[in-house]
Amino acid sequence: MMTDTTSTGSTGSTRVKRGLAEMLKGGVIMDVVTAEQARIAEDAGAVAVMALERVPADIRAQGGVARMSDPDLIDDIIASVSIPVMAKARIGHFVEAQVLQELGVDYVDESEVLSPADYVNHIDKWNFTVPFVCGATHLGEALRRITEGAAMIRSKGEAGTGDVSEATKHIRTITAEINRLSSMTKDELYVAAKELQSPYELVAEVAATGKLPVVLFTAGGVATPADAAMMMQLGADGVFVGSGIFKSGNPAERAAAIVKATAFHDDPAVIAEASRGLGEAMVGINVADLPAPHRLSERGW
Amino acid sequence: MAGSAVPRIGVLALQGDVREHLAVLTRLGAAAVPVRRPDELAAVDGLVIPGGESSVMDKLTRLFGMREPLREAIAAGLPVYGTCAGLIMLADRLADGISGQQTLGGLDITARRNAFGSQLDSFETDLAVPDLGPEPVHAVFIRAPLVDEVGMGARALATLADGRVVAVAQGALIATSFHPEVTGDTRFHELLLTRVAERAGRTAAAS
Repeated sequence: MMTDTTSTGSTGSTRVKRGLAEMLKGGVIMDVVTAEQARIAEDAGAVAVMALERVPADIRAQGGVARMSDPDLIDDIIASVSIPVMAKARIGHFVEAQVLQELGVDYVDESEVLSPADYVNHIDKWNFTVPFVCGATHLGEALRRITEGAAMIRSKGEAGTGDVSEATKHIRTITAEINRLSSMTKDELYVAAKELQSPYELVAEVAATGKLPVVLFTAGGVATPADAAMMMQLGADGVFVGSGIFKSGNPAERAAAIVKATAFHDDPAVIAEASRGLGEAMVGINVADLPAPHRLSERGW
Repeated sequence: MAGSAVPRIGVLALQGDVREHLAVLTRLGAAAVPVRRPDELAAVDGLVIPGGESSVMDKLTRLFGMREPLREAIAAGLPVYGTCAGLIMLADRLADGISGQQTLGGLDITARRNAFGSQLDSFETDLAVPDLGPEPVHAVFIRAPLVDEVGMGARALATLADGRVVAVAQGALIATSFHPEVTGDTRFHELLLTRVAERAGRTAAAS
């Protein structure tokens, strides 16, 4: 239920849900599959971890249906770190989300990286106390997720590839569409709302403020300090790094380097220093070589 | 610099809700600037340490040579306001930090990190803050810390109904467990500006 934001002592309000994402700004959220990896991420300066059973690169390599993680694994990860813990539910799988809320995760990611459970409906996220982050490839998709109650948006990119080109495309698309709204007159905004398939009030709010009403991170293919810094310079509030850290040669150092480059994203000297001596980056797959059915960013609408 | 008509207030911009603090300070007429480097710190009359992840802020202040300049500035009387993670950074003593986590110190308190539990326990409530007048502060607590113990040097500014301390002051330092910057209540930031003006007045009188 959407809680009244003005009453006293209320949990799960919109302000509290969106507020946690505000506090994560300028930070790096890292995918982890074990408690040990979660501790490495925390020590390296992650602002939160995403608990999952397989990183996207392995989901891609192994195929099959990807689902919510085992509750034991999520419990282990929650117990091993003190920074926020996020976990993924399948698109539309509101019962997986109920389970994750029951386990006490700090954020649920309704994620295209897992196999969708519903090809029509996303989760009604207003029904939860736990906040949700959702992926988007363009502004209309972001606004529809916010309408459903998402308290944070991440541009999708193409998870598990180590190819940053889709992440670049999605963050550029979203910011360009926001800029375009800002220059429109009111009569044009009615048409824009129709074209974006989003409520007029939300479209008008974005046009007036020049930004989404929730925090916008970037995800999907970030593998190096320079990748992370580029996403920040393109207007992201922070970055998710999935396979890029624990599929690389030296996860602890790479994780710390990406944290530094994100904080000092506009300082090439820091990014250069952070990029030295990190060993092998994840091998990666060019998105252009991926046949269309294997592109995760096309899941969700 | 100190004494100028428009106070120059920095927001420590290594991680966290920097934008919200810059917006409040700008609205109050201050020259608000992000601070990530020692030379930027040296040029401000007051500082905000924002909300965010305290373990990350600690790590980055040490990695980028900000820890000692910040400690020296605090010791020299720089007015500083910390919210949430900022309260943790200003605490002399920390409970439940990550392994090896350090604070800058300055406030004679023990801060307890994540004292309320997970995000599901994050909440908002109205809070009496007598120093700011009769109107309560609408306080937003997000995975917030608590002040477990207030030492001889510090003074509690606000407590929850059950008596737990969530706002403190000591000399030129102010800290809150909650986030006035996300609700548009500017009174804590005004208090920081008052501390800045008091310090400028003292500096002018001494010279």
